[in-house]
Amino acid sequence: MTTRAIEIWVGIFVVAGFVALFVLSMQVSNLSSYQGEKGFDITARFDDVSGLKVRSMVTMAGVRIGRVTAIEFDDQALQAVVTMKIDGQHRTLPRDSSANIYTAGLLGEKYIGLEAGGDEASLGPGDQIQLTQDALVLEKLLGQFISRMIDEPAK
Amino acid sequence: MFFDWLQQLGHRGLDIFERIGRAHLLFFAILAGQPGLLSRPRLVIAQLYSVGVLSLLIIVMSGLFVGMVLALQGYNTLVKFGAEESLGTVVALSLVRELGPVVAALLFAGRAGSALTAEIGLMKTTEQLSAMEMMAVDPIRRILAPRFLAGFIAMPLLASIFSAVGVFGGYFVGVGQLGVDAGSYWSQMQANVDIYDDIVNGVIKSLVFGLVVTWIAIFEGHDCTPTSEGVSRATTRTVVHSSLAVLALDFILTALMFGD
Amino acid sequence: MTDTTPLIRIRDLHFRRGERVIFNGVDLDIFPGGITAIMGPSGTGKTTLLQLIGGQLKPTRGTVEVDGQPVHELRRSALYALRRKMGMLFQNGALLTDMNVFENIAYPIREHTELPESMIRTLVLMKLEAVGLRGARALMPNQLSCGMARRVALARGIALDPMIMMYDEPFTGQDPISMGVLVRLIRSLNEAMGLTSIIVSHDIAETCEIADMIYLLAEGRVVAKGSLPELQQHESAWARQFLNGEPDGPVPFHYPAADLAEDLLTMTGT
Ligand SMILES: Nc1ncnc2c1ncn2[C@@H]1O[C@H](COP(=O)(O)OP(=O)(O)OP(=O)(O)O)[C@@H](O)[C@H]1O
Ligand SMILES: [Mg+2]
Repeated sequence: MTTRAIEIWVGIFVVAGFVALFVLSMQVSNLSSYQGEKGFDITARFDDVSGLKVRSMVTMAGVRIGRVTAIEFDDQALQAVVTMKIDGQHRTLPRDSSANIYTAGLLGEKYIGLEAGGDEASLGPGDQIQLTQDALVLEKLLGQFISRMIDEPAK
Repeated sequence: MFFDWLQQLGHRGLDIFERIGRAHLLFFAILAGQPGLLSRPRLVIAQLYSVGVLSLLIIVMSGLFVGMVLALQGYNTLVKFGAEESLGTVVALSLVRELGPVVAALLFAGRAGSALTAEIGLMKTTEQLSAMEMMAVDPIRRILAPRFLAGFIAMPLLASIFSAVGVFGGYFVGVGQLGVDAGSYWSQMQANVDIYDDIVNGVIKSLVFGLVVTWIAIFEGHDCTPTSEGVSRATTRTVVHSSLAVLALDFILTALMFGD
Repeated sequence: MTDTTPLIRIRDLHFRRGERVIFNGVDLDIFPGGITAIMGPSGTGKTTLLQLIGGQLKPTRGTVEVDGQPVHELRRSALYALRRKMGMLFQNGALLTDMNVFENIAYPIREHTELPESMIRTLVLMKLEAVGLRGARALMPNQLSCGMARRVALARGIALDPMIMMYDEPFTGQDPISMGVLVRLIRSLNEAMGLTSIIVSHDIAETCEIADMIYLLAEGRVVAKGSLPELQQHESAWARQFLNGEPDGPVPFHYPAADLAEDLLTMTGT
């Protein structure tokens, strides 16, 4: 094997490796949908965000339009403050849209679903969503259900 | 009798510490030899050929089959829950998080690691390393350092190729044979595979594995008893020890990266 | 010759491998320009002695000085600088197996000089011509016979025109013709290049023919030294036994061991 052939093969190998890494980044992962810089941040307050994580999806009409970028706790209001980054091209979401925390499937991941309101004005950077609905927590639901079952026969 | 046994145990213990010590001294000597490679890229290229290019075939073939098997198995399980669109996610996450780095590292240990040990061990046995020393050429810098760097570079590239080929293998079986929708195969994947959490962490894993496997292989070769039997034992030890090290480290790294 | 200072000066050398004592107080002087032969029964540590001179092993006690520098105390860079002045012919050649003959000889030149390719070619071909293997330059080491490999290794050893040349068993495996050529080669190299040579060998006739000084090693010490006529007159039974190749005498043919009868009667162990 000549030095030249070896060098060519090594070149092919290294390029193939980087192409593979590129394919993994662009085709397999969410990098292509990041394009993060152009998006804008909005916030929403919830009483309970159990199960929601940074990087959870934000959808509207079932289509992903952004991601959760931060979840913080407000000591004064005793609420969770969720910051989400909405992709840059969605500039016309009505200002009075509401945010709900949903579960994908029965036990699946939590995500935020925005529901459009009727306002003319649209959400911009730094705006806060006023209407929110908390995560459904299975234990709480079960608890309520069971206590009702116990209460009812007692009547 | 008992004291004999105790004494033997003590000797064994000391031997182990001695080996660990020598392995680390060699590691630092190899690291110290890295800057010198800048002026001799040829040495590294030649090693990238034997460590990387020669492992390419086995990596591509295994990646393809592993991806295909993942798609088959994943489909059979997912279809029971009516979740076969998630096939892309299952295949891609299994590959980039675990199977890509781990299986590629195990294959690398068997293919390239054993060859490294045998080559260096044979050079020691035939006094080539001594002869180099007498020619005032430092074998650690001239022979070991470029092999180490090549292993460290080649491993993440091989693991990436393994995962990428595997994803397409899964595509052929899942979409081509089992009828999963091509659009949801890719979109589910993209929605659930995170560039940082999954891809970058996978690459970090394979960097660590590459370092450890190459280190073990080089140390075993350099430290072997200079006989043909010694070389063959060292080669076996390389494969066994580096495979165990990869699996144990994988557990630790996984716990650190995906543990929360 | 003895009025000059020695090039290699070994004093009170002690060395052991594990439990086994190899050297137990060796004093040895090698003077510049001469050919010194080191002889002794197999396994006495002749190869080990060369490795100690080359700084590959460190003595347990005593000093090894080469060109006025204590080899075993040198720092890496100084040791490597010193080694450039030494050539060594290994017992089995130790050619680099992934290069052909030409590249093997060019290797030390390429490593240590910035000579242009044409000059390297001339140098290598001259060295190959000297050992009679110019025609074999394209062969790989595994295509060489044992004796050829050793001659190639010799050419490599002198590639950088060293000051000291150490030969470990240069004559074994050579046919009578190349043996004669080698003997003359070693002597003429020594004269032409102003070398100082150390030959380790069992071939008494050939070695004594060219050696100015002979050291006989046995049981970890120098048992006799001197030129050939001096040794032949030596009162030591060692010297006479060795030079005449008699099986019986003070030089043991056996590796140190327990009494044979005792060993055979013991039923356990290897
Ligand atoms: N790496 C080693 N580890 C332990 N003992 C060794 C090693 N190398 C050599 N020995 C021991 O050191 C002694 C001297 O070995 P050395 O190779 O120097 O002998 P020698 O005089 O060159 O013999 P020969 O003439 O057969 O080449 C031998 O008895 C051998 O058993
Ligand atoms: Mg010897």
